Amino acid sequence: MTARPPVVAPETAEDRLSVASNWRLVWWRFRKHHLALLSALVLLALYGVVLFPDFVSTQDPEATDARLAFIPVQRLHLFDGARLGPWVPAVAGKRNPTTLRMEWGVDGSRKTPVRFFVTGYPYRLLGIVPAHLHLLGTAAPDGRERLYLLGTDRLGRDQWSRLVHGTRTSMTIGLIAVTFSVVLGVMLGGISGYFGGVADVVIQRLIELLQSLPTIPIWLALTAALPRDWSPQQVFFAITVILSLVGWTTLGREVRGRFLALREEDFVLAAELAGASRRRIIVRHMVPTFLSHIIATSTLAIPAMIISETSLSFLGLGIRPPAISWGVLLQEAQNIQTVALAPWLLIPGLVVILSVLAFNLVGDGLRDAADPYSQ
Amino acid sequence: MSETATPWLLEVRHLRKSFPIRRGFNRKLVGTVRAVDDVSFTIREGETLGLVGESGCGKTTTARCILRAMTPTSGEILFRAADGRIVDLSPLSRAELRPLRPQIQMIFQDPFGSLNPRMTIFDNVGEPLLVNGLRDRRARLERVAALLELTGLRPEYLHRFPHAFSGGQRQRIGIARALATEPRLVVADEPVSALDVSVQAQVLNLLLELQTRLSLTFLFVAHDLSVVKHISDRVAVMYVGQIVELATTEDIFRHPRHPYTAALMRAVPAPDPHAPSGDAALAGEVANPANPPPGCYFHPRCPFTTEVCRTERPVLREIGAGHLVRCHRAEELALTGASADSGIPSGQHR
Amino acid sequence: MTPPVLEVKDLRVHFLLDEGVVRAVDGVSFDVHPGHVVGIVGESGCGKTVTMKAVLQIVEPPGRVVGGQILFRKDSAPPVDLTRLSPRGAAMRAIRGAEIALIPQEPMAAFSPVHTVGDQIIEALRLHERQWRPTGPRLSRHEAREMTVDLFRSVGISMPDQRVDAYSWQLSGGLRQRAMIAMALSCKPRLLIADEPTTAIDVTTQAQILNLLRDLQRRHGTAIVFITHDLGVIAQMARYVVVMYLGRVMEQGSVADIFHAPKHPYTRALLKSIPGLHVTPRTLLPTIAGSIPHPLGRPRGCPFHPRCPDAIPGVCTERVPALRPVGPEQLASCFLYHQEEAAER
Repeated sequence: MTARPPVVAPETAEDRLSVASNWRLVWWRFRKHHLALLSALVLLALYGVVLFPDFVSTQDPEATDARLAFIPVQRLHLFDGARLGPWVPAVAGKRNPTTLRMEWGVDGSRKTPVRFFVTGYPYRLLGIVPAHLHLLGTAAPDGRERLYLLGTDRLGRDQWSRLVHGTRTSMTIGLIAVTFSVVLGVMLGGISGYFGGVADVVIQRLIELLQSLPTIPIWLALTAALPRDWSPQQVFFAITVILSLVGWTTLGREVRGRFLALREEDFVLAAELAGASRRRIIVRHMVPTFLSHIIATSTLAIPAMIISETSLSFLGLGIRPPAISWGVLLQEAQNIQTVALAPWLLIPGLVVILSVLAFNLVGDGLRDAADPYSQ
Repeated sequence: MSETATPWLLEVRHLRKSFPIRRGFNRKLVGTVRAVDDVSFTIREGETLGLVGESGCGKTTTARCILRAMTPTSGEILFRAADGRIVDLSPLSRAELRPLRPQIQMIFQDPFGSLNPRMTIFDNVGEPLLVNGLRDRRARLERVAALLELTGLRPEYLHRFPHAFSGGQRQRIGIARALATEPRLVVADEPVSALDVSVQAQVLNLLLELQTRLSLTFLFVAHDLSVVKHISDRVAVMYVGQIVELATTEDIFRHPRHPYTAALMRAVPAPDPHAPSGDAALAGEVANPANPPPGCYFHPRCPFTTEVCRTERPVLREIGAGHLVRCHRAEELALTGASADSGIPSGQHR
Repeated sequence: MTPPVLEVKDLRVHFLLDEGVVRAVDGVSFDVHPGHVVGIVGESGCGKTVTMKAVLQIVEPPGRVVGGQILFRKDSAPPVDLTRLSPRGAAMRAIRGAEIALIPQEPMAAFSPVHTVGDQIIEALRLHERQWRPTGPRLSRHEAREMTVDLFRSVGISMPDQRVDAYSWQLSGGLRQRAMIAMALSCKPRLLIADEPTTAIDVTTQAQILNLLRDLQRRHGTAIVFITHDLGVIAQMARYVVVMYLGRVMEQGSVADIFHAPKHPYTRALLKSIPGLHVTPRTLLPTIAGSIPHPLGRPRGCPFHPRCPDAIPGVCTERVPALRPVGPEQLASCFLYHQEEAAER
């Protein structure tokens, strides 16, 4: 019998490498991109907010109080003198001697201590469990002391809480829309690439048609066609579907290309020669080879969805008040007067930028990590 | 074909495979590439038939037609199945082929593309078993471990991924996978071309041993004459889609009867600096299978061309015991083959 | 004795990876004399391609030349150490292409798909004009084209005036390789490096190309470094052979010495394991035990010892043998032949 070849790589590092599945290898490579790792943490934090928005909020986002309009940002101080004790300057009312009206503003002389894990307004955790625990708050929430971390808008609504709720809507739409796109893209692109023939021709022409239509007028038309009396949830759903119907084409093309290339691979032929069914070949052999790439591409597609939704809502054609999203929040900052008087109303824009950047960095990192698998 | 005690396992009759050439916006048919142009041969049980030729000769296409990885344009591929029936594989549909698949398997050329990089060795080698009904995981584990040992690998490697292995080891894994369903016919498509010299020797030895142990039948496709000589019982030489010579290994190498075969042997550089260098190298380029020359396809490059070669197509005919040639002048020509005595030490006898 | 065109002295090229340092070339020395063909032969991972890249100063990061010298001699001028030149600097660029030319393995990859082959050669001619024609008027486009047509004719390309205007993908494998050789020879280099030039082509075309190279070499007296894994090709082409394994030279000597009197166990085993046309068929080939180690798992001591049937325990496992003479023109790095060294403490 021929001599047995010895183990290829004797060191333990090599051993670990040899039993590492693709996902582990991708993770090891991803870990090296520090910026991408940091962005991933940011995204995790944001999605944590998505899951528990009421926990992070300080006030009921819908609660209006015209007297408390345009209160500026209460700067959070961490140290009270030498001690560690977070506090904000208090919100106090003063009677205007001329108009005899109460005017509320930030009073630098008084301090409102900030507490963690306080009781606040009631809500339902995950929509089911009633609770009233909040991350931040004042010692006496429904009394004289208020906490407006990011100020208020013209209707006196707490911007921090509204931003938190807006984050939930905007980030969710992005994710769901991309998921639908991926499902559509992989299915149609896969049929197109694997089966070829008439199906390929039809689907490719459909993609070309959809891609040649100008997107903004299409969105505008579709969303304007939504009935005005639909509830915010229905509008939410409709917007998501519209975004994904228009967004799947690029992914579909890519998936088709991958399938065409994979069809010629030897290991796919080996599976066919073994007698594997078409379904098994697609699901077990072809899809896993480019799944990591698809995930990377999808991650890069989410920012586009977020911006689309934000733009639509900003123009009043997407999510409409009283539902809250980043676009709706930015609607409040549409005129120069408001921006000049209350520049803190633009902060949602910063959050949009932050989330888009984070998604782009994570997507880049994933794409680089998923890329050259064959050595 | 001649009669011997051992029955034939595969008989290929007048196999043809053409590819259309389409140009223009409306994909008009402007020509055909006759990749396989009337190929016929038989393979007996337990023997290795080497199929050799240069690029574009159609050997890979022939192999893939036999495996039914593509559908032939015409011709018959008669296979003696395990239950004794003789089946013509060429017109069968995908569903009809499925029960026969375990009996004909393939060893691929590229060790890096032939294994699914996302699946462990166990999954890769066990795939044919799983797909053909062996659902019990433990039974599969045992069988895969046995197959790995058979091909000279440690069974502990089951749970590793292909990227952990060298080219030679991956080829062994590919061989293990091909043998999983105990096939009757194994088509090896250039299995050692992509390997280093020392690894080639190991894999060739493995194939020789496995053939004896498991009584396998091989169709061995290669472009390297020395490799083909080493492993085959009979050799078929192809040129531009046709078989130009078919004989036992010893016959064909000692006494080639087709000028192309002789030219191929002369062209192989011998690993001996004192051997005469190829002064009379074959002129011209390999003929274009989409537009082959009239008459004998080889005539523009052949040093022995006569008028009849330019006009009439030669047929494959028997000129000695089991020795077939496609040449008008086969009887007259005295061609030299590779000499049997060696200046290099030879291997031990089995 | 005319001084060598190229002297490689103790060259070391390392690749700095996250997982560790790969010593791709670890102390390689050989000389190339004018008009000679030196064959470098070895299997994957032996470092022959990296050596070639180091000579041309095209080693990609994370690889770096970390030691040794590459002395290149132009005519009677004093030798230049190529490792000291900046890879992208003007001096190296003047040498690369004009004085030292490369025939790459894959001609399709070496030609640009959007330029005709003629244009690419004309570009090379005009770029390096001052090297192969130090004085005289500047080359006109017409002259350059004429020269290219002549070049094509001399490498055996039929219908050269038409082929000059062809794109590389319109040519067959053999023609492309000939065009590549024409391009390499266009500026009359002193040294030609052929990196597996016939691996990707058919054996009958290979025979033609090898004939062509031998012929051109005789006519122009160019020195050639011929890199391949095919021992048959080496036997036909080379005058002097260097056998490499895992970044070190195992043995070097005249082609007759290497093929008829190999001294190093690796060379011997390699020669025995080839299925030649002259070996008895259907017998088991003698093989080299084991497989080539992972580049990060280099064995201690002599790199070949784990697979060597004659390894001396305690010596070969601990120390690296130096390349020492074992014949009038032959050198080997093996403790079997240097008893005094082996006995040394």
